Amino acid sequence: MSDFNRRDFIRIASGATLATGVLGFPGLLLAAGPKVVIVGGGVGGCTAAKYLRKLDPRIDVTLVEPKAAYTSCFMSNEVLSGDRTIESITFDYEGLKRHGVKIISDRVSVIDPEKKQVVTDGGERFPYDACVVSPGVDFKWDAIEGYDAEVAETIPHAWFAGKQTVTLRKQIESMPEGGKVIIVAPPNPFKCPPGPYERAAQIAMYCKHHKPKAKILILDPKDAFSKQGLFRQGWSKLYGFGTENSMIEWVGAAGGGKVEAIDPSTMTLQAEIEEFQADVINIIPPQKAGKVAFASDLVDGDWCPVDKMTFESKRHPGIHVLGDASNAAKMPKSAYAANSQAKVAAAAIVARFNGLEPGDPTFVNTCYSILGEEHGISVAAVYRLDKETNVIESIKGSGGLSPMDASDEQRKREVTYAHSWFKNLIHDMMG
Amino acid sequence: MQRDNIMNKTVRNLLVAALTLLPATVLADPTAQALAFTCAGCHGTDGSSVGPSSPSIAGMDPEVFVDAMQAYKADQRNATIMDRIAKGYTDEQIKGMSWFFAKQPLLLKPQKHDPDLAKLGADLHKEYCEKCHSDGGRESDSGILAGQWMPYLEYSMTDFVEGRRAYPRKMKRKVDAVLKEHGKKAQSALIHFYGSQQ
Ligand SMILES: Cc1cc2nc3c(=O)[nH]c(=O)nc-3n(C[C@H](O)[C@H](O)[C@H](O)COP(=O)(O)OP(=O)(O)OC[C@H]3O[C@@H](n4cnc5c(N)ncnc54)[C@H](O)[C@@H]3O)c2cc1C
Repeated sequence: MSDFNRRDFIRIASGATLATGVLGFPGLLLAAGPKVVIVGGGVGGCTAAKYLRKLDPRIDVTLVEPKAAYTSCFMSNEVLSGDRTIESITFDYEGLKRHGVKIISDRVSVIDPEKKQVVTDGGERFPYDACVVSPGVDFKWDAIEGYDAEVAETIPHAWFAGKQTVTLRKQIESMPEGGKVIIVAPPNPFKCPPGPYERAAQIAMYCKHHKPKAKILILDPKDAFSKQGLFRQGWSKLYGFGTENSMIEWVGAAGGGKVEAIDPSTMTLQAEIEEFQADVINIIPPQKAGKVAFASDLVDGDWCPVDKMTFESKRHPGIHVLGDASNAAKMPKSAYAANSQAKVAAAAIVARFNGLEPGDPTFVNTCYSILGEEHGISVAAVYRLDKETNVIESIKGSGGLSPMDASDEQRKREVTYAHSWFKNLIHDMMG
Repeated sequence: MQRDNIMNKTVRNLLVAALTLLPATVLADPTAQALAFTCAGCHGTDGSSVGPSSPSIAGMDPEVFVDAMQAYKADQRNATIMDRIAKGYTDEQIKGMSWFFAKQPLLLKPQKHDPDLAKLGADLHKEYCEKCHSDGGRESDSGILAGQWMPYLEYSMTDFVEGRRAYPRKMKRKVDAVLKEHGKKAQSALIHFYGSQQ
């Protein structure tokens, strides 16, 4: 089943017994509402859970997530500078429970679209009328020779926040005075396009005070990256970028920045042109949709194709794929994007349960990067869907980057707005 | 004057009520609700920000909301990010969002403040600000100040005082007067007063 059309919509709407029940016998609703099962308690999954309950409290929402608490990747670079603790970015699911969401502590092995059931590693089966999948990314482990999940325990990716973030922080703290850190950036597309470059700044922020002779080198398989002009400007202002004494250096594709292999025993990276050695290495591998998306036949290539009106899978109706795992072009893989998409999907699911057609979607992305204690920058976009092409387009004349000529005061305010962004986003998804 | 205000409020509330009764499909797509939902990541669920600095917009007067968004859209108000965001919406969509937020309850969080400064601020407020920002700054016609996040109030006041934001009618005279008579401390006192309110 490839293209999802109006006829399918009618078939599904009338096929779902509870949906017709909604229209025919409103009195029976309280007894048993339609069931939504959510796979993954990250940004997309939590936001969808909260907003489904908010928009239609009759809906029976079950969220399946193996971890007892969510440690957010956003603001995890700030753990590397020592600006935050890992505890300060870790949140339990009590808030969602208060909204009436059932939390199941288990991992989903597969979604069965024929039986409309979510199957867990623990052997349980959860039937659904609609399913929401937001499992985030997985790594392509075979991309860098010598690097695998086991090596990553000591040479961390720290691209899922948690234990590895703390490991990386400790390694930076305990490296020698004039130590060298290498960040291996991934190819596009990957989660959080400005992330590796903010990370370099956050590590530099720590080193500036504690190890002023340290060096941070970014090896990049790309020739350009997100917010590049603003990063270069901020790095020069704060960390001498572009001068002989720069704390941060960046080597792009043209300079041989693509890393092909690692020898963990000597902490040596083989890049396209030369070898690089470092005290601390952080490898962010290339990415693809989370495992459960592959197991459930939701992918086309590396990512999950969706009808962006509703974020319903183009491969299996009744399953909505959100966030990093979906192909949501041209939105980036960001937390704000996942949050925005989840609300579109939730509204569409509620509309269908009530026999209505989903309304036109609207999306926003805002993403802050903190380069120094008083230096924040942002990117923003307001989007609409081009229904003909199924592409989410940024609205002409809107959005874009913080201006290059912003005052120190503006940069400082953007740091406090970044913190507000974080608190409000977390609260909006699970508070 | 007083009576006019009350009349406006009633008409407004009726409009808000009518709007909620319309089936979603009658409204211009995307719905005002869908548009407003996208603001939550910075301004909080339904516009009540949990801080520390992005302002709450729940319960905001629709006219104040529209004026602010239009000023951002036209690059007439000092902004960090809202100028870029406001340009993504049509006049109709901005109006729609204004009504959505107008009917949301404003949920406030306690803020750390200096009680002595807040006390001084309460007196200064009464003398210089209460006339427009009535009910201790709770009234929404001129923007809700009571309980608003203090860093945001600080940014706004600084922008007014340093000429980066155009004063609404009459406000400049009052601000000049309070700063002249009570010094720079007056600004923090007022902010601590508003921030102290629940
Ligand atoms: C260092 C870093 C910094 C970042 N900074 C920002 C930022 O400043 N701004 C921004 O907007 N974004 C930022 N991001 C990106 C942001 O974290 C992601 O885009 C966002 O988390 C995507 O949400 P999601 O729901 O797709 O996935 P996630 O939030 O990753 O959630 C996925 C969840 O699914 C669960 N899961 C996976 N498989 C299964 C399964 N089989 N069964 C059950 N559960 C499962 C996982 O345990 C996880 O809890 C950053 C990312 C990184 C790495």
